[in-house]
Amino acid sequence: MDNGTMTGTMSVTRTEALARDWSSDREAFPVHWGKAMMWIFLVSDTFIFTVFLVGYMTVRISATEPWPSASEVFALHIGGHELPLLLIAIMTFVLISSSGTMAMAVNYGYQRNRRMTAALMLATALLGASFVGMQAFEWTKLITEEGVRPWGNPMGAAQFGATFFMITGFHGMHVSAGVIYLLVVAIKVLKGHYEAKGNYEVVEIAGLYWHFVDLVWVFIFAFFYLW
Amino acid sequence: MEQAASDQQHPIGIYLKIWGLLFVFSTLSYLVDYFQFQGLLRWSLIIVFMLIKAGLIVSVFMHMMWERLSLILAILMPPLCLLVLVGIMQIEADYTFLTRLDFFAQTAGG
Repeated sequence: MDNGTMTGTMSVTRTEALARDWSSDREAFPVHWGKAMMWIFLVSDTFIFTVFLVGYMTVRISATEPWPSASEVFALHIGGHELPLLLIAIMTFVLISSSGTMAMAVNYGYQRNRRMTAALMLATALLGASFVGMQAFEWTKLITEEGVRPWGNPMGAAQFGATFFMITGFHGMHVSAGVIYLLVVAIKVLKGHYEAKGNYEVVEIAGLYWHFVDLVWVFIFAFFYLW
Repeated sequence: MEQAASDQQHPIGIYLKIWGLLFVFSTLSYLVDYFQFQGLLRWSLIIVFMLIKAGLIVSVFMHMMWERLSLILAILMPPLCLLVLVGIMQIEADYTFLTRLDFFAQTAGG
């Protein structure tokens, strides 16, 4: 009785494979358990971030004072020019690049290339750390120069500060945690910890977390900074 | 389509291409702000670029396009109910806004 095996034959369509996966008393997701657990965690994290963003939407719609223009608040003055959102754009490119290096680290992991895997993971962690550094700079500028507080600001609706610090703070915390996570796994890779089993899925699982952090930033960038 | 669980090995070129595309779409969404597009054009461009970037990250970087359908649906379906939350809270927020306008109009008049 092996109509349940998913290595199946070519006659099995995708929908049939779906029915087989979900039917009968056996595991539904034929993937490494760690990957399934990471995905479940990420789905729950999606709910948390969405609730924050929905809360932000709610207070922004219902605010009677004008919402501060993110384009102006986050502008940088360089050489007499005012460049809107420049720092945010750089942060976006840094985070995307870190996702790129992470994706390649996963690839080299599956090729059992320990050096390249660890090097790319360390590069990812470095880019992540610089993202957090730029965020710290952004927060400092916002607090000391623009006078933004969680309970008010000189530019308009008081809710601006509360939602900004909450959302970007929670995201920055995820990035910081991710940097530590990546460093731990990278060191283990270097030490040959995964060599015995030849199982580099741990790298892919760490990658899932990292890409998720990048994914959340895509939404924050769109809804908070550009909207 | 029928792959062993750990078989997520793909040519490295695809990651570089997606990386490039993400740069392009990030630049485009930055330009939306730079050129100060307003109104419907701004919102639709922001949403479109956001969804394209999110789709590229999830499908290629997170390998979802190579995962089995059972896992894909288990991950992508639950967040759909968040759209309901967005809808409900939008109605609620509009109501709060109108109530506040009404209240402030009364206090200003009285």
